[in-house]
Formats: sequence, structure tokens, C-alpha cells
Amino acid sequence: MLKLNEQVYDAIRRHGEETYPYECCGVLLGRSISQDDSAEGLQGANDVEDSVRAGNIRTDSARNRYQIAPQELVKIQRQGRERGLDIVGFYHSHPDHPAQWSKTDFAEAHWLGCSYVITSVEKGVAQATNSFLLTGTREEDKAFEDEVVEVAALEAERC
Amino acid sequence: MKILIPTPLRVYSDKQDTVSVNATTVGEALDALTAKHPDLKKHLYSDEGKLRSFVNVYLNDEDIRYLPEKDATRVGEQDALSIIPSIAGGC
Repeated sequence: MLKLNEQVYDAIRRHGEETYPYECCGVLLGRSISQDDSAEGLQGANDVEDSVRAGNIRTDSARNRYQIAPQELVKIQRQGRERGLDIVGFYHSHPDHPAQWSKTDFAEAHWLGCSYVITSVEKGVAQATNSFLLTGTREEDKAFEDEVVEVAALEAERC
Repeated sequence: MKILIPTPLRVYSDKQDTVSVNATTVGEALDALTAKHPDLKKHLYSDEGKLRSFVNVYLNDEDIRYLPEKDATRVGEQDALSIIPSIAGGC
């Protein structure tokens, strides 16, 4: 399961609308709740606290490709750690294409245990946002599994 | 020096997000890491002993593949190695 609040959910969808017709990409920071730690029974979850926009270095083919520079990831990971957060997933958009992982998405996915979130953006408007957990123990047995996206409403701040 | 372990590899580093090793070069640090946590080796290296193509290792903010002295680059206590698998894709 992927848990995130409305603000993060809206932010990653808006990012895709802003970069349309090109793919956007970014990092999801939070904490991974293992099955052992989960209070809800057996299901683990990636609990997202924040999203960080990243640059798409595939400027040669940004309409249908994205890549985050590793040096940018190093910085994002460092900043996340300073806040007590881990990288728990990534998001990107599919301009005029379904919110479903492609062969390319799968071939280039290596962060086992992390959530890969895809938003379909049609004619500049965000449509579905789906999340896929990269399961497996190593590169050779990895697989994407559909996962539920739970969007929590932000609580109103007390005056 | 410290070696920062990414989320997907922590199951092989006893759940630690940082591993401390004694080393004077990048190569020594990585050897010390896989000696301490042997299960990490096959996830970082191919059968030929080279870093897997999708595994990036950064010494502070520099890719070790492009360091002039590569694995022989000297390191100190204040340095950190980050292991960063690639992230890419597309429709």
C-alpha cells in the first residue's frame, strides 16, 4: 500500500500537468512500514511524507522517457536523511498515455521495495494516478505489483 | 568512513542505513563493506567483479567511475560513499 496525504498527491499530479507534454519525475520521501511493524496486520506500506521534484535528464526524449541524475538523488537522499526520511518511491508522468508501467519502466526499475507512482496526463490534465510496488529480492526476480493508493485528507490546523 | 545504504539493499546490511568501515581508499571501503555484509556483493557486482551498470557509487558528490584515480582514490573519516541504484523509465 502507498500512503500519502492530499498535499503530496496533488503536488505530484500538478507536476505532471506543468511539464506536459514532457514526462515529469521526482522522489517520494517517507518511511517504509514492514509487515512486521504494521499495526494493520500483514500488509506493509510505503508511507510518504513529502515529494521532491527532480530534473528529467532525458532531454533528448522527454516526451516518453525520464531519468533522474544520480548526483541529484544523492543530494535528495542526504536532505531526506537530515529530516529522518528515506527514499520510499519515485513518481513520473505519462503524457497522453495510461498510468501503467511500461517495459521501459520495468527494465529501469531497481529500487526493490519502493513504490513507483505513475500519473497519466491527457492534454495537460492529470487523470489516473496508480502505484506499483517493485517486489523481489534481486534484479533477476523483480516484479511490479499493483498497490492501493491511500490518500489521507490533511487535518485542519488548530487555531 | 561511512557508506550510505539505499532502501532496497538494507535487507542485506542488517537493516542498517549506514555502515562504517575503516579504509584509506574507495576500493578498500567497498571491499570492507562486502566483507562485512557478503550478501551485498551480488547486488552490487556482476560475476566479472564489475559494478553492475545500474549501481552508481558516489564519493560525496562525485561518481567514482569518473574519479581520476577511481578505486585508488584516497578517502578519510569525513568522506561518505553513497550507493544509488539508477532511476529511469518512460512510456
